[in-house]
Amino acid sequence: MSNALTKVKLPYLLLLPGFLFLFTFFILPIINLAQTSTQTAIVGGDTGQYEQTLAFSNYITAFTENKEQFARSFVFALCATVLALAIAYPLAYAIAFKAGRLKNFLLVLVVAPFFVSFLLRTIAWKQILGEKGFVVPTLRSIGIIGESTTLTSTSFAVVMGMTYNFLPFMTLPLYASLERIDPRTMEASGDLYANGITTFRKVTLPLSMPGVVAGTLLTFIPAAGDYVNAAILGSPNTKMIGNVIESRYFKIVDYPTAAALSFTLMAAILILVTVYIRKAGTEELV
Amino acid sequence: MNKQKDATIPTIPFNALVSRWFGRNLIRIYAVLGFTYLFIPVLYTFAFSFNDSGKSNLVWKGFTLDNWKNPCGAPEVCTALGNSIKIGLLATIFSTILGTMIAFAIGRYAFKGRSSSNLLIFLPMATPEIVLGASLLSLFLVFHINPGFWPTVIAHVMFCISFVVVTVKARIASLDPRLEQAAMDLYANEFETFRRVTLPLVAPGIAGAALLAFSLSFDDFIITNFNSGTLKTFPEFVYTSAARGIPAQANVIGSAMFILALLIVIAAQFVGRRVKVSK
Repeated sequence: MSNALTKVKLPYLLLLPGFLFLFTFFILPIINLAQTSTQTAIVGGDTGQYEQTLAFSNYITAFTENKEQFARSFVFALCATVLALAIAYPLAYAIAFKAGRLKNFLLVLVVAPFFVSFLLRTIAWKQILGEKGFVVPTLRSIGIIGESTTLTSTSFAVVMGMTYNFLPFMTLPLYASLERIDPRTMEASGDLYANGITTFRKVTLPLSMPGVVAGTLLTFIPAAGDYVNAAILGSPNTKMIGNVIESRYFKIVDYPTAAALSFTLMAAILILVTVYIRKAGTEELV
Repeated sequence: MNKQKDATIPTIPFNALVSRWFGRNLIRIYAVLGFTYLFIPVLYTFAFSFNDSGKSNLVWKGFTLDNWKNPCGAPEVCTALGNSIKIGLLATIFSTILGTMIAFAIGRYAFKGRSSSNLLIFLPMATPEIVLGASLLSLFLVFHINPGFWPTVIAHVMFCISFVVVTVKARIASLDPRLEQAAMDLYANEFETFRRVTLPLVAPGIAGAALLAFSLSFDDFIITNFNSGTLKTFPEFVYTSAARGIPAQANVIGSAMFILALLIVIAAQFVGRRVKVSK
C-alpha cells in the first residue's frame, strides 16, 4: 500500500524542486513584470520610483511610440528565419544523405562555431564587413558597390548577422528530422516514376516538416527579441525592439515602458507561434 | 539493345557534362558554401589571435605568439573568463540535476498534469531572452537583491533547465523498455535496475545535456547583462570593449575554447565507439 502510494507520488517528487525553481524565477518574474507594466512614475519621486496605477495606457503609448521598431524586429526576424532555412536545409540534407562516413564529423562542425563566443564572431563579421576589412574594398574595386556604400551599419548586416548566429538552431532540428527518414521511401517514390523534384516535394519535405517547424521557431523567437546583432552590426536606423527595451531599462530607467514592451513582444511572439503551429499542423513541439 | 542505344547517342557536349556534374553535386557545393559561411568569422577570430596588435585588435599588424603565451596579458580578460567558468559550472550542476529529475518524471511516468508540465518546460524556451532577463531583474529589484554573481547563476540555471529536460527526455524516450524488464526478471529491485541499467543508459544524454548547459551559460550575454550588475562575464567583457577594440587575448580565449570543445567532442566519439566495439 505505502509502496503504491510512493509510486503515485514519485513523479511529483521528481518534479517538485525543478518546478519550484521555475515558479520562483520564471513565473513570478513574469507576473511581477505584468504588474510593473501598468505602473506610473511617482509624482515628485526619484528616477526609477513607480507606483501601481493600473495604467493600461502604458501599453498603447509604448506600442505607438515604437511601432517602427516592432515592425522592424518582426521583418528582420522573418528575413533571418527564411534565409537560415534556405541555407540550413540543403546543409542538413547533405549531412543526412550525402556525407557517408563524414556524417558525425560534419555534424560536429555545424555546432563547433558555437564554442567561439557568439559576440566574438559577430564582432569578427563587423570587422570583416567593415571599412578596414577585405570585403568592402574588393567589392568596390569590382564596382559591385559604390564608393560611398558601406556594408556595416545597414539592415543587410543585421539580418546577415542574425542568420549567421541562429543557423545552428535551424540546422540541428532539420538534420534530426531528415536523418529519421527511411531512404527507402524516397527510392519507392522514384520507382513510382516521380522525378527528383516531385520526390522532394511529396516525400522528403512533408516528412521533414517537424524539423522545419522546430528550426524556424528556434530561429525566429530569439531573432525577434535580439538586440546584440542590431547593436553591433546596425546603426540607430536599424534599432529593433530589443534595443528599445534594453535602453529603457538601463539608460532611461523607465521600467513600466520596458515591461509593457516586453509583454507586447512576448504576446506577439506567442500568438504568431500558436497560429504557425496550427497552420503547420504539428503538435509535437519538443 | 543497350549497345545499339549507346551507339546512337552522339557525344555529349562539354556544357552538358558540366551542368550534369553541377546537377549531381549541387547539394555538396551548397554544403561547402554553407560551411564556409559558418567558419569565416571563426577563422578570422583565430587568425587575429596571432595579431601583434597592441591595444586594439582591428587591423593586422604582424604575426606573434605573445598573445597565446600570455593569455592573461590583458588582466580583465582572465577575470571575466574566470567569472564565466565559475558561473557556467554552477549553472551546469544545478540545471542538470533539476532538469534530469524533471525529464525522468515526464519521460517515465503518466501522471495528472503531465501535459501542463511539458508546457512549463516549453515556455522559457519560447520567451525571448530579453524578457527573461528583464523580468528576473525586476523581481530581484523588488526584493532588494543586488544583481551580481548569484543572481546570474540563478538566471542561468533558469534558462538551462528546459534545454536539459528536452535533451535527457529524448534519450529516455529512445531506451528499450525490455532492458529494464530483463533486469527485473533477473531479480534486480527497482533501485538496482535504475542504478545499474537505466542510469548508465541515460548517462550519455545527461552528459550531453550538461555540455549544452555549460555552453549556453558560457556564451549567454542578454540575460547575463541584465542580472550581473558590476560583475563582468567573458561575453560582457567582449561586448563592452568592442567599441575601443578587443584585446587579442580575447581571441586567444575564444579560439582555445573552440579547440578544447572540438577535442572533447572527438574524444567522446572515440569513447563511444570503443564502448560499442567492446559490447
